[in-house]
Amino acid sequence: MDIHEYQAKELLARYSVQIPRGGLAYSPEQATYRASEIGGGKWVVKAQIHSGARGKAGGIRICTTDNEVSEAAESMLGRKLVTHQTGPKGKLVSRLYVEETVDIRQELYLGIVLDRKSERVMIVASASGGMEIEEIAEKQPDSIIRAIVDPGAGMQQFQAREIAFGLGLDNSLIGKAVDTLLGCYRVFRDFDASMLEINPLVITKDSNLIALDAKMSFDENALFRRAEISELRDKSQEDPRETFASDRGLSYVGLEGNIGCIINGAGLAMATMDMIKIAGGEPANFLDIGGGASPERVAKAFRAVLADKNIETILVNIFAGINRCDWVAEGVIKAIREVGVNVPLVVRLAGTNVEEGRRILAESGEKVIIADTLAEAAEKSVEAMRAFSKSKKN
Amino acid sequence: MAVLLNRRTRVIVQGLTGKIGSFHADDMKRYGTNVVGGVTPGKGGQVHQGIPVFNTVRGAVRETGAEASIVFVPPPFAADSIMEAAEAGLKLCVCITDGIPSQDMMRVKRYMRRFRYEDRMRLVGPNCAGVITPGQALMGIMPGNIYLPGRVGIVGRSGTLGYEAASQMKALGIGVSTSVGIGGDPINGSSFKDILKLFEDDPETDAVVMIGEIGGPQEAEAAEWARHNMRKPLIAYIAGLSAPKGKRMGHAGAIISAFGESAQEKVEILREAGVTIVPTPAAFGPTVAGVLEQQKKAA
Repeated sequence: MDIHEYQAKELLARYSVQIPRGGLAYSPEQATYRASEIGGGKWVVKAQIHSGARGKAGGIRICTTDNEVSEAAESMLGRKLVTHQTGPKGKLVSRLYVEETVDIRQELYLGIVLDRKSERVMIVASASGGMEIEEIAEKQPDSIIRAIVDPGAGMQQFQAREIAFGLGLDNSLIGKAVDTLLGCYRVFRDFDASMLEINPLVITKDSNLIALDAKMSFDENALFRRAEISELRDKSQEDPRETFASDRGLSYVGLEGNIGCIINGAGLAMATMDMIKIAGGEPANFLDIGGGASPERVAKAFRAVLADKNIETILVNIFAGINRCDWVAEGVIKAIREVGVNVPLVVRLAGTNVEEGRRILAESGEKVIIADTLAEAAEKSVEAMRAFSKSKKN
Repeated sequence: MAVLLNRRTRVIVQGLTGKIGSFHADDMKRYGTNVVGGVTPGKGGQVHQGIPVFNTVRGAVRETGAEASIVFVPPPFAADSIMEAAEAGLKLCVCITDGIPSQDMMRVKRYMRRFRYEDRMRLVGPNCAGVITPGQALMGIMPGNIYLPGRVGIVGRSGTLGYEAASQMKALGIGVSTSVGIGGDPINGSSFKDILKLFEDDPETDAVVMIGEIGGPQEAEAAEWARHNMRKPLIAYIAGLSAPKGKRMGHAGAIISAFGESAQEKVEILREAGVTIVPTPAAFGPTVAGVLEQQKKAA
């Protein structure tokens, strides 16, 4: 789960990471009020969306008068901002963060992530922060400083010192850098984060170390013990199809195709999508209904898939282990009768109670195309989708 | 004995009295697994579905001589259960639970390093389908009837895709020595490489099918190991060739991710290491059959 820049900064400030003075605004009027509250003669108005690269997309504006602040706010609020991290649909701007500007001497990069290779938390830092960091990491991988934290002992002072000296910081800044690094690590640990990034972390002309931007994502499996983080969720930043599904305990990713997929298990879901592509179709979504799929849950999955208006066929592919084919079949019938499925439906069942499942489908009298194998399921789906698509045009 | 599990292995079920634990313990027993006890704190002394219940894993081990445990404990408490199993001296722990926080798993792995390698419990999972040695024993949630006993090992992240492979093989009369689901979580117990090593040393396994997916370094690591150490044929499928690049926040993930994490790159690395690639998820059966045929001719 992602949060906004201003939310991440509030968390960081609690752990003695320095941030610029700023305030949140929902309207142009509030934005100018925030600017006057902050004082001075130069502010930056920042669109709050769950994405980086906002600057290049026009989501960050430097202003020197009230009027400019108001205009900047006017131009951003209520619009969708498209960056190379948002996908082509962009993300809605409904909040702005107005901040004081700072005089920058140097921009650094700081990231904290879960490293799957060492299976520990990794700190990544670079003396060249800013927008080109990925390029730098690729071309000069040695210029990136990395440190791995022992999960039993936590991050140590010496690790922070090594990073600080490695970044070439002045002696006078080492103490501040150590505080900042340890603070960031503790935020990451205490709130079960999966990613924290400060880009840039700036050295100001008056020798301060300030987090100018902040991004954080959190481990969704740990939200049960992080009520404070759960409350920061902003559904307006999510694909509405995905929100609908995740609120119902389904794992869903919206895609651009027209064959809706209802599958159990992430691996089989990906393999089925691969198979649809091989058969000449395009999947509309990734959907894993998970284990223990009751008829109600299957019906919910149909609702989630059908919420996408591009759907021209639905493929249900269940290989039941922890699930039961008879339950899935009941769910399919329930969905047809209660949700209304007005596109072709292909069902492939295998595994636990498969005969019972097939019998329920056959005896229901509903129009269901049955497939025996994965290959057949993909082929029949593409065939049904083409026929449906054609009949719609006529 | 194939690997990890046979009909004699004494198994306890952590979280036995819960709904999921009860259902699968029953299923496992019916398959032939030697289930000797269960653990649910506070219910020690009861007998559940004919299985004696203990308060602690240590107590269960003392009374039953258990060697292995399967964990069905809910996510907030599952990491604790794994560590309890490690401390009680079990040799194998299969964790089915899905949804354990990453920091908990980091703690588990750190905790397990307290033990010398020879004494360290082998963890399979979490978030996996478990282990099955067809015709002998099941420690997991897979439908037993889709596996034919035989001499091909299966190791995969995804449970259901593993079922797909096994059933395609069964349709062609090809059996399985042991199938191991290592789970889909970013931090897991045994890696692909760990399980490949077991199969390579197992006299009852002739070839191995490895089922990977996009993300993480384990497939590339396994390919590198197999290139230098594996004499048995390795056959691999990687799911997610059509998956779009995920939306993401920030650059940190891209900075630390190495070459070999996309499906395409994994296929490339595996092929280069001499691994036979299953071209589509519908081709597990024929691809394995082809490799076994070649093996027979060469012999």
